[in-house]
Amino acid sequence: MSERASPSAGAVEWLARRAEAFVLPLAALIVGLLAFSVFLLFLGKSPLQLFELMWRGGFGSWFSVQNTLSRAAPLLLSALCVALPARLGLVVIGGEGAIVLGGVAAAAAGYALSGAPAFVGIVAMGLASMAAGALWIGAVGALRHYRAVNETISSLLMAYIAIALMNHFVEGPLRDPASLNKPSTHPIDPAFAIGDIPGMDVHWGLVVGIVACVISSILIEKTSWGFAARIAGGNVRAAQVQGLAVGPLIVGFCALAGGFAGLAGMIEVAAVQGNANASIAAGYGYTGILVAFLARHNPLAIIPVALLLGGIDASGGLLQRRMGLPDATVQVLQGMIFLVILFSETFYGRFKAFNPDLWQRRR
Amino acid sequence: MAKPLMINRRRFLQTTAMGAALGVAGTSLPLRRAFAADLTIGFIYVGPKDDYGYNQAHAEGAATLKAMEGVTLVEEENVPETVDVQKTMESMINLDGARLLFPTSFGYFDPHMLAMAAKFPEVQFRHCGGLWTEGKHPKNTGSYFGYIGQGQYLNGIAAGHATKSKKIGFVAAKPIPQVLQNVNSFLLGARSVDPAITCQVIFTGEWSLAVKEAEATNALIDQGVDVVTCHVDSPKVVVETAAGRGAYVCGYHANQAPLAPEKYLTGAEWNWANVYKMYVTKLMAGETLPNFTRGGLSDGFVKMSALGPAVGEAARKQFEGTLAEIMKGGFAVFKGPLKDNKGNVVATAGQSFVETAIELESMGYLVEGVLGSTS
Amino acid sequence: MEPVDIGLWGVPLAILGGAIRVSTPFIFVSLGETITERSGRINLGLEGILVFGAMAAYAIAVMTGSPWLGVLGAAGTGAVFGLFHGWICKFPKVNDIAIGIALMLFGSGLAFFFGKPFIQPSAPDLPAISLGWWSDIPQVQAALSVNVLFLIGAALAFALWWAFRHTRAGLIVRVVGDSSDAARAMGLNPDTVRLLATAVGGAFAAVGGAYLSLYYPGSWNEGISSGQGLMAVALVIFARWNPLGCFAAALLFGGAGALGPALQSVGVTQGYYLFYAAPYILTLAIMVATSSPGRSLAGAPGELSITK
Repeated sequence: MSERASPSAGAVEWLARRAEAFVLPLAALIVGLLAFSVFLLFLGKSPLQLFELMWRGGFGSWFSVQNTLSRAAPLLLSALCVALPARLGLVVIGGEGAIVLGGVAAAAAGYALSGAPAFVGIVAMGLASMAAGALWIGAVGALRHYRAVNETISSLLMAYIAIALMNHFVEGPLRDPASLNKPSTHPIDPAFAIGDIPGMDVHWGLVVGIVACVISSILIEKTSWGFAARIAGGNVRAAQVQGLAVGPLIVGFCALAGGFAGLAGMIEVAAVQGNANASIAAGYGYTGILVAFLARHNPLAIIPVALLLGGIDASGGLLQRRMGLPDATVQVLQGMIFLVILFSETFYGRFKAFNPDLWQRRR
Repeated sequence: MAKPLMINRRRFLQTTAMGAALGVAGTSLPLRRAFAADLTIGFIYVGPKDDYGYNQAHAEGAATLKAMEGVTLVEEENVPETVDVQKTMESMINLDGARLLFPTSFGYFDPHMLAMAAKFPEVQFRHCGGLWTEGKHPKNTGSYFGYIGQGQYLNGIAAGHATKSKKIGFVAAKPIPQVLQNVNSFLLGARSVDPAITCQVIFTGEWSLAVKEAEATNALIDQGVDVVTCHVDSPKVVVETAAGRGAYVCGYHANQAPLAPEKYLTGAEWNWANVYKMYVTKLMAGETLPNFTRGGLSDGFVKMSALGPAVGEAARKQFEGTLAEIMKGGFAVFKGPLKDNKGNVVATAGQSFVETAIELESMGYLVEGVLGSTS
Repeated sequence: MEPVDIGLWGVPLAILGGAIRVSTPFIFVSLGETITERSGRINLGLEGILVFGAMAAYAIAVMTGSPWLGVLGAAGTGAVFGLFHGWICKFPKVNDIAIGIALMLFGSGLAFFFGKPFIQPSAPDLPAISLGWWSDIPQVQAALSVNVLFLIGAALAFALWWAFRHTRAGLIVRVVGDSSDAARAMGLNPDTVRLLATAVGGAFAAVGGAYLSLYYPGSWNEGISSGQGLMAVALVIFARWNPLGCFAAALLFGGAGALGPALQSVGVTQGYYLFYAAPYILTLAIMVATSSPGRSLAGAPGELSITK
């Protein structure tokens, strides 16, 4: 198709090179939806109705869009907790731990500083949560580099330990005696609550998440730190030979990743719950793993993937209510779509249309 | 506002949807003539609708509304207590035109339901378990709950007659007032049979965690406990594990007799159908809904499972006698002199807390004879 | 039989009983994953396969009345999931870790989807063998009431340990896992070996799920697994790809998991959440203590993406 375009047009080549990263996942998305349609037809349900409802529930109206955005917001930060260490070749799957501890730290700070100016309180909560998360995932990185403890297993174990600590604090030392049937910490000062983005029904966490994704992208693509990380991610020994301080690099990236996840916990406390309780362990950390891998650990790609996931989640309710499908339908659908998208990675570089170099060679 | 339009759009969608689904999904969307009192009601559950426990009890109550003329039921299960439940409520209101919502999990109340109630003042919200307070909570919200502690007291009577080791056991999720009241009632019921009985409680820390519940049940039985009951979202695992080890069981939330027909003594069950029907009837008749609703066995909010084959004559007699007492109303499970298990007096001689006493809903202690601690 | 008051003896007994009761799913999943990882692939999706196996086993047992058919059926479904993972990962640039995570979602989603009608009915349980006949104490008898699957799992651990060292099949899997190039030079097709190894791993994981739904705790519902599948995959790294290590790690995990309820039952009631975290804390402590930068990951298959 675009092969025939004027070879002098550099813009076309530029476009073709970049189109691959959009066209392939999009095609995969369509194939995934088609696969799910076949699944539905076997069950005697109408795929057309499903797509109509998904559109209505996830994207088709202002309410649905806001619903999608709300659900995508926490996934941005939790996905970064996986994507950043992945740049160094580390598979960190315990972001949930940093989220819950960040939430507890934020709630404690928000209660302790009651009465302080809102700006001070919010910044303190953010810093406390980031410190807690950074400590937790930073420790995973340190264990990996200095003791050679596998980061996948240590982060998972530490996530379980963090959730136990959170429950212990929420029901023990930090419990608000007035929280009768739902053990919670003391509420934060209402002045520290993070409100909605003006004109929208979505809290500021969405903006924080997008900003964090952009910062991470700049860090990786444009700074010497990011460059060093890419070298170390490719080959640790080569990086060490070149005199890169691999240890601080690993610990630093992990700490930043944990800091972002901790911030997700703070937003959950300050924008949604108003205190820390068991509900902040909502599984965002685990969903974030999937988002990061789908985004191929590219911080900017995390944004559309999180939106896709949020949209499918947002339409899940309608599928239950209108089609009489069980709630797990959404999981099956997501599983199918993601398997196809991940499979589609094998086609990168296989299509001439996306590779202007091959156009030249043929001529 | 644009409500008539919204309903029209919904009806349009329903008809087209039926066509598209080739009639397969027709059961949930009957074509009815539209009449003024049409009412869409939303139910939200924190777990699966058929968990043999908390959620099933609510879903069974909700299902009875389907038979009512002019009522459309919309339900969602496995909705977490996060922004998700807020969006689910909003979606039921915006896209389904729901005018009465029942978010049934305790954790949905604050801040989620309160936030939605402030945003949609024309929609009614009724929540299970919360303490609705005049002046503090919006007028379009309210809470309902039942005195199921009475049921656990009756469970305790059955258990007190069945135990040989004089040790009974309780698998509990978290040390919160609703749970503590049940533990205490269970022991006090048993002690009305024999004051030497003790009750061991084990907290699992989660509302639904199958393996831990099974381990807790085994640990109780290893310590000589021979009658077990529980307060977790899904009692299935506890009932089956205990019966498998040869212990007697008392049920909770729903009827678990089919899971252990020989060992099941009785059980404290919710009977939410009555509560839900009351709300819906009132709303359709244009009356104001009550904000604070409570009721026990005598109000039909709670019921007992039929006594099992292992319940002897003496037990049956005391059980039925006490049940009759409770049905008269004003029955006090908690009456002085009563100490907690740390030795503090919680009720002086002559003091008694009848079922309606609001103090019971903030109970923070385990009574003397319960082995365990609240933190 | 009259119960006997065993007091504090309840704690060690609970740890023993817990090790036997709770460990079986960990044994099967981690042994299965050992085979897969030794061949140079990692399948993080075993959690999804375990949940689907639990559902399939329960459903088949309800419909046929035979729990053993349930176990076999579950193994079959697990093998299919494993084949799927193995097949999809043989394409270039497809990331096995990512596919595993998506499979986790897909497998448990399918299990919940098709499992709804089987939450209510009761399935026949797998039988247990009583190894406590020598004791008069009912608690000891209960702790030593051992499920056949546990014994099979223990036997498999030894058999695999032996097979990796002494059989041709074991050698093939190890060669493929250590170097694809070396394997090709020997005339082996690494993709085929990995496909089969992942299929066997899937079948094992599904049997672990069958144990959950058909024996302990012995019922099917959506909360049946609390992450055993994912944890067991992590235990493989902990056990350094040694089947006997997997068996030991599973026992440790099961025994430590019984500590929380047992301590509460004898009156240690403060801070129970921290006792419940014992298996994780213990595992982490052992890992930190036994690792050192010098001899990192001895025994790690050379082709494994997660340790490269």
